[in-house]
Amino acid sequence: MSGHNQHGDHHGHNHGDHGHDSHHHDAHDHGSLKSYTIGFILSVILTAIPFWLVMNKTISNSGTLGLVLLAFAAVQVVVHMVYFLHMNSKSEGGWNMMALVFTVIIVVIAMAGSLWVMYHMNHNMMPSMMPDAMHMQTAP
Amino acid sequence: MSETIVHNTGAAGAAVRKQYFVHEHHPENSSLLGFWLYLMSDCLIFACLFATYAVLGRSYADGPTGAALFDLPLVAVNTAMLLLSSITYGFAMLAMQRKKLGTTLLWLGITGVFGVAFLSLEMYEFLHLIHEGAGPQRSAFLSSFFALVGTHGLHVFFGIIWLVTLMFQLKKHGLTPENGRRMMCLSLFWHFLDVIWIGVFTFVYLMGVLP
Repeated sequence: MSGHNQHGDHHGHNHGDHGHDSHHHDAHDHGSLKSYTIGFILSVILTAIPFWLVMNKTISNSGTLGLVLLAFAAVQVVVHMVYFLHMNSKSEGGWNMMALVFTVIIVVIAMAGSLWVMYHMNHNMMPSMMPDAMHMQTAP
Repeated sequence: MSETIVHNTGAAGAAVRKQYFVHEHHPENSSLLGFWLYLMSDCLIFACLFATYAVLGRSYADGPTGAALFDLPLVAVNTAMLLLSSITYGFAMLAMQRKKLGTTLLWLGITGVFGVAFLSLEMYEFLHLIHEGAGPQRSAFLSSFFALVGTHGLHVFFGIIWLVTLMFQLKKHGLTPENGRRMMCLSLFWHFLDVIWIGVFTFVYLMGVLP
């Protein structure tokens, strides 16, 4: 018994509700039938609506529709993280969440940065400017 | 309470304590964290591929556009396959929790079947595109499309190999802690691939057919 208590202390977690017979698992929640079912139903809904929106051309403005689609995807990613990957701020002593937050920051920088840089590059390299540049190079 | 008792027993208690320390820091926990870090770095690979597609996805080079190529009902079926395989993997985890080897193997097998169905549909789509002359060398759009979707498909392929290997290991060694750890890691991997697919079907297929 004392060993199990120490185990709890070492990990800095409170697993009072979990039972210690399977102690090699208790740092990570497996989820239950209920949580998997909720996650699945939410995912089906969050997948079906974007497909329906695009296939029936419900929103005519593609900019707006694109943003709506991205919003649905973001919500579904969170649903998967919570119900399938069992992410919470406590798993692995918070390091899972730290790694995830770091990754999300890098992903956002990579995506937004690429689009921003490439958009401006395309903008400043309009085809109309190309012959001049070619001329300047070949003239001397 | 009990910890003070252990402290009071002196050197022997310290030895016991050390023993427990070693035992409790069994690789299970750290390998899950390590695997999570691998997944996060994998996520960065996909971020690069998504960024490439975001930049090049509209560079058709007078070739076919996404609206002309993408078959949304097929993509919807594909998405359903992957989502179903996610929940069946979840059922396999629940069966493992209840220490039911046969049920675990059954659900893992069903997961594998859905995975193979997903890959087959994707292969069919790719071959169809290449047959139509819309292969990866046709335009920057198609290069980035094949790179992104192909990398995801490759991950699913290796996931299925891992799944089959794990089924043999489960059959041979039973529900040991080691196999439990492997199940956890593959669970993370499999659900992670489904998360990436959300990005793929939204960003590549659904947004790709918008005018």
